[in-house]
Amino acid sequence: MSFGELSNVNRVFERRGFFGATRERLVAIDDATLSFEQGELVSLLGPSGCGKTTLLRIIAGLIPKSGGSVRIRGEEVEGPHPDFGFVFQTPNLMPWRSVLDNVLFPMEILGRCDARARSRALELLDMVGLQGFHTSRPHQLSGGMQQRVALCRALIHEPALLLMDEPFGALDELTRMEMNDLLLEIRARTRATVVFVTHSISESVYLSDQVVVFSRRPSRIVERLQVDLAYPRSAQTRFSARFTELAQNASRALGVLH
Amino acid sequence: MKRLVYPPLGIVLSLLLWYWVCVQFKLPTSALPTPGQVLDAALGRWDLLLSEGWVTLKETLYGFLLALGLGIPIAVAVSNSQILNLMFSPILIALQSVPKVALAPILLVWLGIGIESKLAIAWLVAFFPIVVDTSAGLQSTPRELLELARSLRASRWQVFYKVQFPAALPFVVTGSKVAVTLAVIGAVIGEFVGSSEGLGFLLLSATSQINSPLAFAALFALSALGILAYLLVAAAEWALSPWLPHSHERTHP
Repeated sequence: MSFGELSNVNRVFERRGFFGATRERLVAIDDATLSFEQGELVSLLGPSGCGKTTLLRIIAGLIPKSGGSVRIRGEEVEGPHPDFGFVFQTPNLMPWRSVLDNVLFPMEILGRCDARARSRALELLDMVGLQGFHTSRPHQLSGGMQQRVALCRALIHEPALLLMDEPFGALDELTRMEMNDLLLEIRARTRATVVFVTHSISESVYLSDQVVVFSRRPSRIVERLQVDLAYPRSAQTRFSARFTELAQNASRALGVLH
Repeated sequence: MKRLVYPPLGIVLSLLLWYWVCVQFKLPTSALPTPGQVLDAALGRWDLLLSEGWVTLKETLYGFLLALGLGIPIAVAVSNSQILNLMFSPILIALQSVPKVALAPILLVWLGIGIESKLAIAWLVAFFPIVVDTSAGLQSTPRELLELARSLRASRWQVFYKVQFPAALPFVVTGSKVAVTLAVIGAVIGEFVGSSEGLGFLLLSATSQINSPLAFAALFALSALGILAYLLVAAAEWALSPWLPHSHERTHP
């Protein structure tokens, strides 16, 4: 049994008109089946609006599925689980809290905001290179720094599964590459399992053990690529022949390369 | 340097223009007193202006605080319960469109000519901006922040006091700034309709005695009072600033 198993997951949005008649039926995700192991980093790769974010939210238990099953460690996901960490597209920080208090927010909600949580928060902030910014407010930080804080916040309660929704999509290329390396470093240290949504081919290949490629709407899984590049990966990896080959395979699956 | 020189210069020029109009058109003092006459009246009766101003300030601030104390809980109730929202929003909107000045005589009959009726009118005009802005703030919490809280299975109470309410605070402050200036107007209306003290009363009695310099002095005292009330709210905002987002990221409807 794998750590995470999705079988035949689908999600249909229905818009109802007057008298309850179905006016519009939108299939956001159709028949998604995939699995991943503990400690694996899986990318969900697809064009914008293809429903990969919807699938991530279903895994997180934030929205219900219309059919199929999602099992994490053998348990069906019925709703949000505090053992998951979520990183959003935007940093999504609270402007009225300091950096440190933003990171501690999950521990406050879970009722575990003690001295140990504090020292772990400081450790995480050190790890992402934000020592000396503990008392800063979010608006004093750059976009990349804010997303680092959001990453710390997602990791503070030591989640077994980290769910990331295009977290670096709004960053410039250089910052994004830095954040990719940071994520790999964090993963190596925490051994967390990661599901990562992206629309960047190179990002997905660079980060992942497995790339799951989605088609346009109605969204289906068209390819599951195993990435056999050795970790730790570096800038050199991006120029290797195997990297190019895998990126080509992903592009073909996406239909952008014939 | 420019910021220090030009505002006073503007004031001096306006006063000169005022004086010139009085002299040029030989206006009687009862119609438009000169700035000097108004200053004389203000200095001569400064004790009166101060004591009457104190009365109006009390009416204003009590009415405003009452509006804050009642407005925020009502906004919280209405924006957290769909049933309460459906039941009371239409009534609130209907009440808001009632000209509050028209209620002043009725309130006077109910509450007498003492401070209670002024306080009630000040409360009434200050109440709606606070309710409207606070509930707008409570309903515009960023969706992703709510999702973050939900992903951690936060309780409704936790969502409210850790996310929703702090996120709405800038809106409460904006509403309060509007409300406090309206409360001054409310208090003066109350005094106009019937009272025996306050700057509004002083203004009325001075004009009935055709003592225009004193009436103008009362008018200036009133606008100083309005500015003071606004500054008190601004000071409260400053004291709260550690909890408020930085001004450039503040959003307002």
